[in-house]
Amino acid sequence: MSHAATHDQHDDHHGAPKSFFQRWCMSTNHKDIGTLYLVFALVMFFIGGSFAMLIRAELFKPGLQLMQPYFFNQLTTMHALVMIFGAIMPAFVGLGNWMIPLMVGAPDMALPRMNNLSFWILPFAFTLMLSTLFMAGGGPAGGWTMYPPLSLQSDSLAYVVFAIHLMGISSIMGAINIIATILNMRAPGMELLKMPVFVWSWLITAFLLIAVMPVLAGAVTMLLTDKYFGTNFFNPGGGGDPVLYQHIFWFFGHPEVYIMILPAFGIISEIIPTFARKPIFGYKAMVFAIASIAFLSFIVWAHHMFAVGLPMGAEIFFMYATMLIAVPTGVKVFNWVSTMWGGSMTFETPMLFAIAFVILFTIGGFSGLMLALVPADFQYHDTYFVVAHFHYVLVTGALFAIIAATYYWLPKWSGRMYSEFWGKMHFWNSVIWVNVLFFPQHFLGLAGMPRRIPDYNVAFANFNMISSIGGFLFGASQLIFLGVLIHGVWFSKKKATDRVWEGAKGLEWTVPSPAPHHTFEVPPVIHDDELAHGHVND
Amino acid sequence: MTSGGIRRSFTAWATLALALFGGVAQADPSPYQLNMERGASTWSQVPYDLNNISLGVCVVIGILVFGAMFIAMFRFRKSRGAVAEKWSHNTMLEVVWTTIPVIILIVLAYLATGGITSWSDTTGSQMTVKVTGYQWKWRYDYVDYLGKPISKVGFMSKLDTQSDQTRQLDSGMDPYAVKVGDENTYLLNVDKPLVVPVDTKIRFVITGADVIHSWWVPALGWKLDAIPGIINAAWTNITVPGTYRGQCAELCGQDHGFMPIVVVAKSKADFATWLAEQEAQSAAPAAAPAAASTAAAPAAAETAAAPATAK
Ligand code: HEM
Ligand SMILES: [Cu+2]
Ligand SMILES: [Cu+2]
Repeated sequence: MSHAATHDQHDDHHGAPKSFFQRWCMSTNHKDIGTLYLVFALVMFFIGGSFAMLIRAELFKPGLQLMQPYFFNQLTTMHALVMIFGAIMPAFVGLGNWMIPLMVGAPDMALPRMNNLSFWILPFAFTLMLSTLFMAGGGPAGGWTMYPPLSLQSDSLAYVVFAIHLMGISSIMGAINIIATILNMRAPGMELLKMPVFVWSWLITAFLLIAVMPVLAGAVTMLLTDKYFGTNFFNPGGGGDPVLYQHIFWFFGHPEVYIMILPAFGIISEIIPTFARKPIFGYKAMVFAIASIAFLSFIVWAHHMFAVGLPMGAEIFFMYATMLIAVPTGVKVFNWVSTMWGGSMTFETPMLFAIAFVILFTIGGFSGLMLALVPADFQYHDTYFVVAHFHYVLVTGALFAIIAATYYWLPKWSGRMYSEFWGKMHFWNSVIWVNVLFFPQHFLGLAGMPRRIPDYNVAFANFNMISSIGGFLFGASQLIFLGVLIHGVWFSKKKATDRVWEGAKGLEWTVPSPAPHHTFEVPPVIHDDELAHGHVND
Repeated sequence: MTSGGIRRSFTAWATLALALFGGVAQADPSPYQLNMERGASTWSQVPYDLNNISLGVCVVIGILVFGAMFIAMFRFRKSRGAVAEKWSHNTMLEVVWTTIPVIILIVLAYLATGGITSWSDTTGSQMTVKVTGYQWKWRYDYVDYLGKPISKVGFMSKLDTQSDQTRQLDSGMDPYAVKVGDENTYLLNVDKPLVVPVDTKIRFVITGADVIHSWWVPALGWKLDAIPGIINAAWTNITVPGTYRGQCAELCGQDHGFMPIVVVAKSKADFATWLAEQEAQSAAPAAAPAAASTAAAPAAAETAAAPATAK
């Protein structure tokens, strides 16, 4: 029965449904849903980016020029929520949707209808959340971390909590789908230890998602009942404890930051071997490093809480555990460099972004290591030094990887080559301005500027102005990206070949460009030579 | 370029150099400051040293790794005729680059652990000050000094009027004009600072009255959250008399950016005089209206702290 039903939905086995509504709103096709996710993420990226532009405009010079402090706090809160849950995470899910079935030789995701649902929840969740900005009491203004008691003072708490529940449901469904696909739908011969590193990274990320999204849901639900139903989980007046919230939140929050970086590790591990024309160095070590980072991410959460007054033993434990993460992270970086060593490299746009990733993400890792040292963190915590840290790992880390992946696979999606010249323009502008934007923030933090403030002493003026200028130009550079995408999807005259990149290996490059609506309806016969990691013996 | 211009650029470079190489005498933030300040307490050297050491370690590793990368990008380009090799494994290398970081980390962890241990030891203090965070001001209550309880010395400390007027949206006032002497104090000055003696181990007990705040004076080397229902403890021992400025470091609502902290460290003799004046003032009936307004606040602070004592 179920077979017949699915069969009926594809009126034409070789093309997509003709009607717009049928194709995009009722889709069960992993490629179309992947596209939806990616377009959604791009829209959110520009919305979150416009909030950032307003923040940097207010911080351009000392004194308040543009907005009241409360609105500023709404902007920082919304910027983070939109970027994390709206841009970075859906972008990775989109890439996973598009590429995982193609990379493991599966005809589609394991649970196509759930796939549709998990996407279509998101626009509603974000409409709900963004609508609070237009309400009388304003949007949430207590930071993306939503620490009580402050977050309980917000009038829009209920909207945000419900929106987060929806995002969580969407993420969990997406994760289940990815796990089910990878574990059950691989083509014969695609053994686990022959899978692309990107697929591995998503498999592990999906487990992280399933483990921690319910924890976030629990934490925000307790906020909700504390505010509206008279419970006292976090209210000291009723015997509760505000610090309990922070433990629960960061038990979600730290794995969450790895949810945003592990798939990026996977992407970079695909791109560098392709353009170095040399197999990845230490495939098994790469997979093992991802797995151990994922494991460790569960036992480091209190490094976000060194200044809450934890007992000494706890500070020491969480410091050691956090420092330990630097080891597998270092291994990954060394392996990427060794992959390049002895290769035959070319520097197309995806490779440029991947190389920038390796350098700039590592700088973010360095500041992470410094933050892990408790006495030093007593100074760094909640300053611009932390802001610089997480933007290096998230913007030049996660986001650069997403951009690299987009350039890398776009020709496969659209069947056209994007403009290499404009891709490189986008790259050089991004990489220069992002450093002008974020590097001086290290200095600001070291000099003592707290984060999340709308105004500051004149001693901080110089670097703030430099940072804002970098910010505006980085923002403007992303319009180049938009242009390259529009051109590369619809207008470019240059047709992409099936293999696209000379050094590309893996099943996704064996299907035509653009990838037809249905692929691998018959499982492919796998030759180990065609796989990037077909002959793993180390 | 005029001689004034030269002098000014010289001062700018001197500040830069100072900031770079340790900020010897510097306590409050300065323009183009690049590094953490050394601080002015017996413990503040710890985070400063850890910062410099770990930064040094990162820079060295960075030079090695990025250096190798740039050499690779230069030597192994296809356009120079490089032919890709086939290897993808080297056990020796992998063992080395796992072990060396572990050793470096152990050293750093050892140093940091010593710092935590000394920071956590609040015993043997000669003075206690209670700090309470409010939306959006601080309250200081002096609890005891040299073994003797202090009664009724406590006050609110909030943003100074000049900064407060200047910081209003569209005030038309210039942040650069907010000065005390030569120093720009925009958003870093209060109506009534916390006054403490130097060379005294001072224990701070820190709590919050409404939401979470964080009490941070960079020159003391640490920050600690002020959490409703919880009383945190930390200590300092300031070695150099002076005025040390800081800010609330935990988002606490709309005026989070506008609740600075100022600590004035005086010699023991000057502090004793100051304390006697304060005690006399709070005892004098003439100060009744002022006392009434402060009296309400400790009561509120007590209620907020009650659950913690009940635990
Ligand atoms: C070597 C690896 C890393 C270490 C040792 C590390 C360590 C830390 C520490 C100790 C903090 C807390 C700082 C503070 O608030 O005082 C922090 C904050 C943060 N880290 Fe990392 N980190 C690492 C990698 C990453 C990665 C890969 C990401 C994300 C892709 C990330 C994202 C963040 C974010 C978002 C925050 C700030 C959260 C907030 O307070 O809003 N970090 N990191
Ligand atoms: Cu973390
Ligand atoms: Cu505060």
